[in-house]
Parts: sequence; C-alpha cells; structure tokens
Amino acid sequence: MEAKYSQAYHNYLERINNIGSTEMVINMGPQHPSTHGVLRLELITDGEVVKEVIPHLGYLHRCFEKHAEAMSYGKTIPFTDRLDYLASMNNSHAFVMGVERMLGIDDKLPKRIEYIRVLVCELNRIASHLIAIGTYGIDIGAFTPFMWCFRDREHIMNMLEWASGSRMLYNYIWVGGIFYDLPVGFEERCKEFIDYFKPKLVELDELLTHNEIFIARTAHIGVLPSDVAINFGCSGPMLRASGIKWDLRRVDSYSVYPELDFDIPVGQGLVGQLGDSWDRYKVRVDEIKESVKIIEQCVERLTKDFARTTDFDPRALVPKKVNLKAQSYYVRAENPKGELGFYFETQDKSDIPRRVKARGPSFNNLSVLPELSRGILIADLIAILGSIDIVLGEVDR
Amino acid sequence: MINDLCERLNRNFGEDSATIINEGLQQTILVNKDKLKDICLWLRDTNGFYFDFLSSITAVDYFPKNEFAVVYNLSSIVYQYQLTLKVLLPNGRALNDLPEIDSVSAIWRTADWHEREAFDLMGIFFVGHPDLRRILLPDDWIGFPLRKDYTEAEMYRGISTTS
Repeated sequence: MEAKYSQAYHNYLERINNIGSTEMVINMGPQHPSTHGVLRLELITDGEVVKEVIPHLGYLHRCFEKHAEAMSYGKTIPFTDRLDYLASMNNSHAFVMGVERMLGIDDKLPKRIEYIRVLVCELNRIASHLIAIGTYGIDIGAFTPFMWCFRDREHIMNMLEWASGSRMLYNYIWVGGIFYDLPVGFEERCKEFIDYFKPKLVELDELLTHNEIFIARTAHIGVLPSDVAINFGCSGPMLRASGIKWDLRRVDSYSVYPELDFDIPVGQGLVGQLGDSWDRYKVRVDEIKESVKIIEQCVERLTKDFARTTDFDPRALVPKKVNLKAQSYYVRAENPKGELGFYFETQDKSDIPRRVKARGPSFNNLSVLPELSRGILIADLIAILGSIDIVLGEVDR
Repeated sequence: MINDLCERLNRNFGEDSATIINEGLQQTILVNKDKLKDICLWLRDTNGFYFDFLSSITAVDYFPKNEFAVVYNLSSIVYQYQLTLKVLLPNGRALNDLPEIDSVSAIWRTADWHEREAFDLMGIFFVGHPDLRRILLPDDWIGFPLRKDYTEAEMYRGISTTS
C-alpha cells in the first residue's frame, strides 16, 4: 500500500502521541451514556477546556449499503428501518418514495394510503422528538422529563405495534402500498391519544422549556450560525434552529403534505442567541405541536373523505417484481433528524440495484461537532452533543 | 435550467468540461475530472445558482468495467434547485493505485466526512483532503468492502471471520 494512503492516520497518531505538556487526552465513549449510543469522542483537553474533539465512528456499522446491493428493493425495507431506529416509518417512507417514483406509480397511489403513511410518519416523528427531548433533559441532569417523555412515547409505540405488529422496526410501508390497512378503531384511538397528549405538552413546557437551570445550561451554548450550518450540511431541526426555514415537507411537497396545514418552526434566540442549544431543543418541542396538528387533520380525512371500505386493498399496487431500466435517482425526505436521502443507481434487467447510498442526517449533523466544540468546557460538550440528537444507527449505517 | 447551466459551464471552463446525461427522471451533469474543483466553487458562489448545500457524495463501482464514479448531490437553499454532478474515474483496481480526484472539502466542509467514507468503503483517494483516514472501519482494515470484487479476509487480528 502506498504511503500516502496511510499518511493521515500517521499524522493523527503523531498528534495523539505528542500532545503538549499541559494537554491531556480523554476518551469519552463508546460506553458513555450521554453519547446516545456507541460514539467515541477523543478529547484533547487543557484542564476543563476542550481544545479539540476527534470523533471515532463505526462501532455500529452494519453494512447497510452492501446489503442493499445484494437484494431486491422490497427486501431492503426492513434494513432501512434499522438506520434511524427511532423513526423507522420515516426511513421506509423515504426509501419507498424513491422506488415508486422510479417505477412511475407514485401518483397512482390511493389517497387513503398516502394519508395513512403521513399519519404513521408523524406519530413516529413525535416519538423520535420525545426521545430527543427526554434524553436531552437527562444529559443535563433533569430526570423527570425523561420519564414523562418515555411514558407518552409508549402510547405511540403501542399504537404502531397495533398497526404493524412490531414495536420499533415496523416494515409497514411497502413499495406500492402498505402492509395492512389500519386496524379497526385506530383513528378513534389516535383522537384519544391527541386529547391525552396535548395537556402533557403544556406540562412538559412548564417543567423543562422555561426551567431556569435548563436555560442556564443550554442558552448561549454551542451557537451554530446559519452559514456554518449550511456549509456542514446540517439539516432538519439543526438547520431550522439557526433561523433557516428549510423543511423538505414544504420544499419538495411530497406525499400529501401540500394538502395539510402546518407551520415550520424556526429558532428565534428567545432566551439566548440564535442557533444555540436551547433553540435546537425548542424547535423540536414546536415541531411536536405541528405534528399533532397534522395528525388531527389526517385522522379527520381518514374518517370522512377517505374512510375505510371493505373492498379496500392496501397492497393492490405492490409490484411482484420491481423492474427498472438503468438510471440514477436521488430521493430526499424530511426525517425527524433532518434530510434523509437515498441515491439509487439501478441496472438493466435486474431488480437489484447497483448502488444504494443512504445519506443519514445524523451523520452530517454530527460532523459539525468538532467545529462547535473548540474551546468550550467538557460539561458543555455534553449539552451540545445532546442538542444535536444523533442516532448512531444512522451515523454508522 | 440545467441546459443553460451546462452551456455556461462549457463557456467558462472550456469545451467538454460538462455534458448532460439523461438517466431517467433526474438529469445528471457529467463533469471533467480536472475541472471539478473550479466548477464546484463556481456553482457555489455564482448568482443565480448558489448551490450551497452538498447533500451527499456517493462512490459507485461499475464492475466488471474498470471504472468508478463519484456522484455529488447538490441543492440550493436560496433557489430550491437540485443538481447531480458525476465524475468518471477509470482505474485498474489495484490496491496500491487508487483512483484519484480533487477533494471539495474546502468548498463544502460537509464533504470532509463524505469523502472519508468514500475512501473507506470504495477506495477513492481525494487529493488535498485535510484528514483522509478511514471513518467507519478500523484503521488497519485491508481492502475496500463496497467494491464489487471485494473478498472478505479470512482472519482479522487473529480472529476468524468466517466460522
């Protein structure tokens, strides 16, 4: 192997082995609880001050892309569930949309299927944001919101389990349709859940959002200016907290989102600076409220305009074999964490893709961490990392 | 939009620096390898395009042809455009002679990790990258697993990988 291919690794070793006399190397992770999984951060510190952060990824690498090149499109859907395992519905929705557009069946789908997809995706978005908020609280030392968030998330998990048969990894959204129609009574249960959940959101706001200690720990911490956020490819709540109104549900207006009424919350720097950790937290809280609005509208349409009929077959359009001509396509969708993209490169006379690349939002959002954490305190690093809300299943793929 | 863009690229950077290829729904601009860095900087900074957001970098292996490709998916936050650039890299697949291409990590910082991933899994060498280490696999891994002709090593650090 040529020397220049391993040059960067030797440079890194040299940096670690020859640190200055006032510096110290500290390993944070991979078993550190506040890294939200198996992320290892190597810190070069001077006392309490972090001089440099070197992230080490790959502890959860499961070769998603290699698997996707070995099997047909439909069989890959369960693997996409395991990318961002806290928002499996959104992952498979993005993947399925890409395949459907290449097949040209995306505008033939019945409205009921589209509304069911959006409904379960938004339920999953709430579940994902609840985890983000709850674990962020516990990172900073607030234990109660964590329990409350998990209690409310459990209702969503039970509902989605009722629909799909699985608690977290659903395999519910298929190419050309969905696995089964919603179980009888699901819409009513959604309504009950929304009625139960709305007061809980107010409680959560009182407990955490305007909590003085929480604000002291998060305001003015990890300020991410919008130009840096764009340059580092940050998306989702990360980008919106920096003041950019960029939501792919509106930009690309895919599925039935153009027919639904919701706002895009952006960061405003209410208690600190624009783009600080508190803003990122607040955008997620506001997005939950918007998702609740979307769910209400979906349930309304699903019970009235597109109500259940006995002869409705949610698998009518599911192709027996996905036959595509050689082409390339990049599909993107708004996940709870940001822009999830799939780049397909297909080949002729085969239902197996040549290449599938998953562009995980967490991967890009995490890459800004070394930039954000130069010259901060170690305790603040936890606050910043928590506010990025990464899922290692998606970072490592 | 894309025809106009391609014409302007050819006018500014010389003939044959960009050609449009039709591959289904999304059109792709095939970019000359030597002009890539200049074109990317121009695309990012030119009024009317402002492709300031690099979504992803994908490396593709065209086995059994001795050819690789690097694909750049750009989007413009201001104008809400999307664009796909593609660069073809013929190469003989030897482990001591990787395909080489200019790094764009100075233009979009997000390219840093994407290029490290392409180096790690597909073995594309990005000239001018500040820190081109493996990112997902261990640093002592041999070979590039996403290549179609990759064969798994039988042992890794004295542990059998097959069993």
